[in-house]
Amino acid sequence: MIHLLGPAVLAAALAGIGVYGILARRNAVLVLIGAELLLNAANVLLVTASALPAGGLAGLEHSQTYHDPLIPGQVMTIFVITVAAAEIGLGLAIVLLLFRARGTVELTAVRELGEASPRHTETPS
Amino acid sequence: MSGPDLLLTALALLAAASGLLAVTGSRVVHCALWLVVSLGALAGVYLVLGAEVVALVQLLVYVGAVVVLVIFALMLTRAPVEPSDRLDAPKGQKLAAVVAGISVGGILAGTLIYALQDLTVKVQGEQGSARNIGRAVFSGWLLPFELLSVLLLAALVAAIAVSRHLPAEKRPGQSLTEDGGVQ
Repeated sequence: MIHLLGPAVLAAALAGIGVYGILARRNAVLVLIGAELLLNAANVLLVTASALPAGGLAGLEHSQTYHDPLIPGQVMTIFVITVAAAEIGLGLAIVLLLFRARGTVELTAVRELGEASPRHTETPS
Repeated sequence: MSGPDLLLTALALLAAASGLLAVTGSRVVHCALWLVVSLGALAGVYLVLGAEVVALVQLLVYVGAVVVLVIFALMLTRAPVEPSDRLDAPKGQKLAAVVAGISVGGILAGTLIYALQDLTVKVQGEQGSARNIGRAVFSGWLLPFELLSVLLLAALVAAIAVSRHLPAEKRPGQSLTEDGGVQ
């Protein structure tokens, strides 16, 4: 027997840490690290939920043994990991493009996403 | 406290502490390496919860691929190796981020504690085995699985297309006109 509260609180803590990382960082690559932690918080919660019998908390009263043959919690976790891999690949490509175009990855220095043009320039920080 | 509970608590503390170090550290490379520790500890958490395939995928994809990508990106953007104070946002935004992080974590934790209380379950080891996961993925989850492979391919092609794209003023043989158009 295992307490489910531990991993659930871990998921909440990771979500808080991820939100802090996304909001408090200036370097774009470190912002993506925060996003990864946030996605992992969701994964921990999904795996925790997959330890419950089918029907989740409501299914506890009916039976202790029946389990969903599709194992949604764990399969969804694998899907989330795949989406996260796609997201980080594309995100880092955009960060590299930003670095080549502006010479910086500091998000406070980049206020506009379009390419710089003579008519429409940003003020250097 | 039983053995698995103790193991789970230790791994959870390790994951949370190294995650915190990954978002607060002042050396970029150390942040990436603390992320490795955090994701590895999470793989251990999955293992204790009986999800062995998920733990292996976590190790392969996250620790093996994603972190290497992050370190490559840090290298290519010439991130400073020595401690830098330019990694964090200004003071005011940082304070707001602390408030937002604590409130998100607090609300989630409160909800989950209320929902789960001191619920205990028996860990089903065979539920997360490769045989059962494979059967589930290739029966009920087949369409999402195939869509996901298309998504991965699209993301890969898009990443190549984005990183080959040069900013307008650096494109050879072209110059910008007064109104910002490309001649």
